[in-house]
Amino acid sequence: MNSPVSSRPRLIDRNGPLYLAWRRFSKNTPGVISAAILLLLYLMALFAGFLAPNNITTQHPEAVYQPPQRPHLIRDGRLTWPFVYQLKKERDPVTFITRYVEDTARPTPIRFFLRQGEPYRFLGLKTNLHLFGVAASEGYLFPLGTDQFGRCLFSRILVGSQVSLTVGVVGVFISFALGILLGGISGYFGGWTDNLIQRITEVLLSIPRIPILMALSTVIPARWPSTWIYLGIIAVLAFIGWAGLARVVRGQVLALRDVDYVTAARSLGSPDLRTILRHIVPNLTSYLIVTATLALPGYIIGESALSFLGLGIKEPMASWGLLLKDAQNFQALGLYPWLLTPGLLIFLSVLAYNFLGDALRDAADVRSLD
Amino acid sequence: MWVFLLKRVLIAIPTLLLISVLVFAVIQLQPGGFLENMLDDPRVSRQTVEHIRAQYGLDQPVWAQYLNWLKNIVLHGDFGFSFLNNRPVSGLIWERMGWTVLLAVLTILATWAIAIPLGIYTAIHRRGLAATLANLVGYFGLATPDFLVALLLIYAVLSLGGTNVGGLFSPQYIDAPWSWAKLRDMLGHLWIPLIVIGLEGVAGLMRQMRANLLDVLNQDYIRTARSKGLAERVVLWKHAVRNAINPMISIAGLSLPNLISSTIIASIVLNLPTIGPFLYQSLLDKDQYVVMALLMLSALLLMVGNLLADLTLAWADPRIRYE
Repeated sequence: MNSPVSSRPRLIDRNGPLYLAWRRFSKNTPGVISAAILLLLYLMALFAGFLAPNNITTQHPEAVYQPPQRPHLIRDGRLTWPFVYQLKKERDPVTFITRYVEDTARPTPIRFFLRQGEPYRFLGLKTNLHLFGVAASEGYLFPLGTDQFGRCLFSRILVGSQVSLTVGVVGVFISFALGILLGGISGYFGGWTDNLIQRITEVLLSIPRIPILMALSTVIPARWPSTWIYLGIIAVLAFIGWAGLARVVRGQVLALRDVDYVTAARSLGSPDLRTILRHIVPNLTSYLIVTATLALPGYIIGESALSFLGLGIKEPMASWGLLLKDAQNFQALGLYPWLLTPGLLIFLSVLAYNFLGDALRDAADVRSLD
Repeated sequence: MWVFLLKRVLIAIPTLLLISVLVFAVIQLQPGGFLENMLDDPRVSRQTVEHIRAQYGLDQPVWAQYLNWLKNIVLHGDFGFSFLNNRPVSGLIWERMGWTVLLAVLTILATWAIAIPLGIYTAIHRRGLAATLANLVGYFGLATPDFLVALLLIYAVLSLGGTNVGGLFSPQYIDAPWSWAKLRDMLGHLWIPLIVIGLEGVAGLMRQMRANLLDVLNQDYIRTARSKGLAERVVLWKHAVRNAINPMISIAGLSLPNLISSTIIASIVLNLPTIGPFLYQSLLDKDQYVVMALLMLSALLLMVGNLLADLTLAWADPRIRYE
């Protein structure tokens, strides 16, 4: 390798700890698969407006509780352009329950890169381009069926992922900021500050999570705009979440406090907060990243549980938990099982975060410092 | 032992006091209130509301209200008045407390009865179909929120033609006196909440038990036991499992908050007569004394549970001495 390019300092240090951790991580198949799934899910959330064939608030009174439409490729024994059949209502002669059946007389081609419907916002620009759909003049396309108002469940799941997947990340960031600061102060100073912060975390940890989350979420005024409520829910989750983290950080800081380089920094006159944030916390980085990843599913589940109970995200916003609320009615659940599909995404994202967290822990080889 | 018990109770008092402050503050921050909502009814005049407010001391400054509330609980065991039910809170809660504790205790027993053998089994047979299956169930349990488990079970029962979903009794038994038929009917309903509440616990306990046992099986004294010719059965059950099971007791204590949370969620979805739906309804109606009492009680349940776990651990593990 004599080319001039390689003589520059290499960006990747092949013996550096980061590279070694990466090598260990990439050998962990469940971890890599989980990372890929999460990447896909977040891309899906980012491009939700583009991927969703329908507007999420448009109601179709004539297509209430319509089952998912299956795509077809073969018509009259020949391969054709992908199409769906429109559904028509039929009354069961025995039970008199209205059923939808495929209207084989009305095949509707699926069109790609379709411009129709209400515009949505994407990265600041307004557009009404959709990846796929059927022309509005020809019929409907509901890939995962519709809810009680005839709204497209598939589109609502996609747009709902924006809420469900970001609540955790933002919530963890806030609780980490609080947890690191308060846990750091608590472990570093000790004495009565430590005692006070410890009592507060103890209080927060000694009330079971769901009841206190439920109570806190009713503090958010119901007449707030939905974006504010979204922020309010994050605040509620973070308010409960930081205590556990603060306790963990405190233990780690306590162990690091009297290590030589910290003593050195202090005797060179480094202010306390700087010592905590510049010298102690960076040493906990890998540990914190792993803890954050493993804490994330709790936030996703917390948000979905609150929204499911009607105490979290409100209409017209959507989130996976809120969508599952429609399945709470036993009768609807028995007749319209596709209402459960948002649950699959909750399951998938929570599982992926769990596996990713485990893989990161193995890769970083984080041992407790004490 | 008694000194330890006394100490724990004494430490719990300031924590409970702080919890009461937090709970009270949360309720004060709630916009509106039950009495506020009463004004929506045209038959209720502002004067009536003011009268009720004065009657319960709700017109006093916040700190005085707090002290009043606390004083009544400590001195008279009086948790206040439920505006919604027009009855004192205490009676309402005791009616539901029995079912809540029963459900929680039954779930704990069931989780242990299932998770410990499964954990032992998967530790011994690390490969194989049964172990893989158990692991899959474990992952499913960890990644599925309780309410979703409930919905899936309800759907499964409904699509198999069953009707025994929701509640603890079929309608004809709700007010009937206890009989064998009623008990059988209850058992027919009970398995759904048990699975919903316990699945996460089973998954966690099973994984932990497996890890503990694998740790213990690698220890020197196990090799010693084997090399002196003890039967594998004795090595496993008397030497390994005996030691692997002790940490599980403190883990059981740590998993209590989840258990209580699950009980509440499951009860709301499945409409069980525990404190869950009661808390939910009171929150929606802003029945403040009920909410405060239930939050305090759920924290108290947690503390008592943790204390019991510590005591059990001391009883099970002779190495632990509480002085």
